[in-house]
Amino acid sequence: MPLLNTLPDYVLTTKTDEVINWMRKSSIWYMLFGLACCGIELMHTGGPRADLDRFGAVPRASARQSDLMIVAGTLTLKMALPTRLLYDQMPDPRYVISMGSCASCGGLFQLAYSVCDGVDKILPVDVYVPGCPPRPEALTEGLLKLQQKIMTERWLSKEPGRNGKAAA
Amino acid sequence: MDALSIYARAKERFGDKILEIVEKKPDPWMVVDPKAIVEVCGWLKDDPEISMDCLSNQSGVDYKDRIEVVYHLFSYRHRHGAVLKVRLPRENAMVATVENLWKSANWLEREIYDLVGVTFEGHSDMRRILMPEDWPGHPLRKDFVEPLEYHGISTVRESPIIRLDTKKK
Repeated sequence: MPLLNTLPDYVLTTKTDEVINWMRKSSIWYMLFGLACCGIELMHTGGPRADLDRFGAVPRASARQSDLMIVAGTLTLKMALPTRLLYDQMPDPRYVISMGSCASCGGLFQLAYSVCDGVDKILPVDVYVPGCPPRPEALTEGLLKLQQKIMTERWLSKEPGRNGKAAA
Repeated sequence: MDALSIYARAKERFGDKILEIVEKKPDPWMVVDPKAIVEVCGWLKDDPEISMDCLSNQSGVDYKDRIEVVYHLFSYRHRHGAVLKVRLPRENAMVATVENLWKSANWLEREIYDLVGVTFEGHSDMRRILMPEDWPGHPLRKDFVEPLEYHGISTVRESPIIRLDTKKK
């Protein structure tokens, strides 16, 4: 605390982890990746009314420029392998939001022969957003939850388990 | 011209190759010998009074003892339609393609091949259209058994809370 009083007003002090996390959570670029009807809601969420841009999330057309994959819609077994490939192409740190019932557990199509029952069978999922499909507000809530999660990460400390993905 | 008089004309012309005419409403149909399907379809398309210029739908049905392929034909010029069926054995089901008459048969026949497992002789591109190339079996066959995993991805949801039924285990 005595440090604060010695510095001029325009200098702020913080922890390195927090400033890294703050920058990271404020520029989550998500991949343009719609698989079914949830993709339409995903587009609405990026549109002017819900406006995901105000949280620093903008759509990117390439997996290599993305931090976040929003799996929006029914994941078929045929699409599961390309989805895994896209996830592998994303640079670390990367996050996954499972949007809607189908992506979370197979949903309405759970018993179908062609549907992968949940994206968590092939990818690690950070946030599940329930709904069929979720409203743009729900997806925005999911993004805010993800931002909260990002703020708890500890990148500098090497303690296993505390920094989640970075330890793995 | 209504469908029944089309079938009567076909019966008159092809005789034994038309196996059966069923007068069920709303869509009566005729059962055609699988060996003569291209011949009959070609005549239905080219005859100026019938002129079936559109194959509106083509589908496959598994009846457990046989496979049927159903052709829904329509004429835009005369505004009439007809339904044709061919009966095939379940083992090694095979019939000649009508792709050379109607281009739309290309994808429809690929779908029937994919889901019901009917091979169309003479088709230009006989591949699966919906399922992955390495998928085992044809899923709309009645005796299809869903594999427990696909490329290491389990097709069973483990948690009993999330499952919608308990039969599939």
